[in-house]
Amino acid sequence: MANAILDIQHLKREFKMGSEIVRALKGVTFDVQPGEFITIMGSSGSGKTTLLNILGCLDQPTDGDYLLDGVNVKNLSRNELARLRNRKIGFVFQSYNLLARTSALENVELPLLYNSTISSHERKEKAIKALEAVKLADRMDHLPNQLSGGQQQRVAIARALVNEPVMILADEATGNLDTRTSYEIMSLIQDLNTQQGKTIVFVTHEPDIAAFSSRTVTLKDGRVVKDSKNENVKSAKEALESLPVNDDY
Amino acid sequence: MNVVNLFRIAWKALLRNKLRAFLTMLGIIIGVASVITMVAIGQGSKQSIRDQLSGMGSNMINIRPSSNVTVGGGARLGASSLQTLKVEDVDAIKEKVNFITAVSPGLQASGQAINGALNWPTTIQGVSPDYLPIIREWKIKEGLNFTEEDVKTMAKVCVIGQTIAENIFPGGQNPIGQTIRFGKIPLKVIGVLAEKGENTFGQDQDDIIIAPYTTVQKRILAVPYVQTIYASAVNEQSSDTATQEITVVLRKQHKLKASDEDDFTIRTQAELISTISSTSELLTVLLAAIAGISLVVGGIGIMNIMYVSVTERTKEIGLRMSIGARGIDILLQFLVEAILISITGGIIGVALGIASAELVHALLQWPILVSESSIILSFMVCAVTGVFFGYYPAQKASKLDPIEALRYE
Ligand SMILES: Nc1ncnc2c1ncn2[C@@H]1O[C@H](COP(=O)(O)OP(=O)(O)OP(=O)(O)O)[C@@H](O)[C@H]1O
Ligand SMILES: [Mg+2]
Repeated sequence: MANAILDIQHLKREFKMGSEIVRALKGVTFDVQPGEFITIMGSSGSGKTTLLNILGCLDQPTDGDYLLDGVNVKNLSRNELARLRNRKIGFVFQSYNLLARTSALENVELPLLYNSTISSHERKEKAIKALEAVKLADRMDHLPNQLSGGQQQRVAIARALVNEPVMILADEATGNLDTRTSYEIMSLIQDLNTQQGKTIVFVTHEPDIAAFSSRTVTLKDGRVVKDSKNENVKSAKEALESLPVNDDY
Repeated sequence: MNVVNLFRIAWKALLRNKLRAFLTMLGIIIGVASVITMVAIGQGSKQSIRDQLSGMGSNMINIRPSSNVTVGGGARLGASSLQTLKVEDVDAIKEKVNFITAVSPGLQASGQAINGALNWPTTIQGVSPDYLPIIREWKIKEGLNFTEEDVKTMAKVCVIGQTIAENIFPGGQNPIGQTIRFGKIPLKVIGVLAEKGENTFGQDQDDIIIAPYTTVQKRILAVPYVQTIYASAVNEQSSDTATQEITVVLRKQHKLKASDEDDFTIRTQAELISTISSTSELLTVLLAAIAGISLVVGGIGIMNIMYVSVTERTKEIGLRMSIGARGIDILLQFLVEAILISITGGIIGVALGIASAELVHALLQWPILVSESSIILSFMVCAVTGVFFGYYPAQKASKLDPIEALRYE
């Protein structure tokens, strides 16, 4: 499709480990339309993280093509890739990766520091807005070690949002969280998708998380084994409400 | 990324590790402080020597007889037995040499200065009226200087130094108008010199009586020659030219052939000053070099810590790259951190250096001189140190692969 935001063709990624070659991706082909919310599933070691890193322009494929918004990233320099990561992509990691001893607000401001078109006043404004969007405006001055895991992940999401990227890539963003907190995060992600039209690629292990997306691509041994539309998208908000209230024991 | 952001990021990174930043700075602080202190001490002693020498009249030229013939087995006659300088030489110099403002014969005699029952062993110096005001730039505190007329008449007048006044006119008596005796010769005191204190060599300059040279030459010593000729160059720079001119004039006066050696030696105060100051200049350079070494050691400390810091913060670097930092942004961040450490260390070092120089001055009474140039120089060395020793670690950081850096444990 010509107007796909992500278009990958026969993508391969190999790692040299001494004399051995590890084939993490063995020719992956699919595309993602703007505004889609897809999940990538697969067992451990199937190549999900490897694929997401390539989609996020953090890593380069060994072979095959990756067109981001119609541009083949193969032809881009290190600096141009950095610019893409800064302006078009918001990355959410399983391990949050917040800067220690740095307040939530400053963590969220970080991507804007690398965007010289934004004044320091705008930067603060945007960071506060992003923190409001993840309902953490009241924890602005907290340091990461003063926040719960779910709150830290919300800070990380705010950081991914702050530069108003066209797509958000998340690698097991709920992997370290309990069900309730996971659903809170998912409801946030769903809102970003439906209300702001952000394209979302979400890597996960758990089928109940995949149920919140409109499409699921399943990897196995570096290959796509299943690519299915989800006709019956579950609402994370409703799922959250239907959870048993268990905080009164 | 703009410069303000750069400094903000680097500053915050340093604040996150205050103790380590401070310890890293310590090398620079000690380096800079010791450079400033050492140079202050070196410059201070140089300046004080200079001041003292200039106090003797920095344009003064001193001519003494010297032997140009060897007698017997090669031994030369001592200067005191030489009688080659004459008053006519003084007149010739005055007439023909351009680069001098004044010239005076000089004759010295030792003896007792006596006022009634009080006496004091001292020296009398016979000179022309120009000697005090022009050649020595020495003021008369009370009374007057003698005149050309006094020289012509071999007047029995004198100007006495402060030490003499205190010793033979005790209890605040006014010496002016009184008559003292130098040996057998009665001399009327017409002036008292301003106090000069000790010279560089520890001699009391105020222990002297100044009289017309004719009085000393004819009445006290009864000799036909003069011992010394004093002259004063127009300024310090023209001392050399004046010396050359005097040499020509005196050689002609003494009818020396081209093959003859000079029968006199000329010493200038400027020459003495530059000899002594170059010695203390060497001292300053030496002290600065030792201190400079500690600055380099401090720089290596920065490099070491920056390397550790880059390794330790690999994950942070990976994260920054993943959200859009370019290699150059990372490079500049670490470079600016190194520069901030060295410059902050430099500022503290300058303050500490000035303080400890003042302390040395207060405790040991050593002369000090904190020169702007030493501050500016050590500051620049600091900045250069920061850039130089910070560059390689910073470059290492900027070359990291974002994914590998993120995966680093
Ligand atoms: N930097 C690397 N060097 C060598 N091999 C690697 C590297 N990164 C990934 N691999 C290999 O590639 C394969 C796919 O790894 P990947 O991290 O993409 O799996 P994953 O699907 O994300 O697994 P998980 O669900 O456990 O996170 C694995 O066999 C892994 O060992
Ligand atoms: Mg993974």
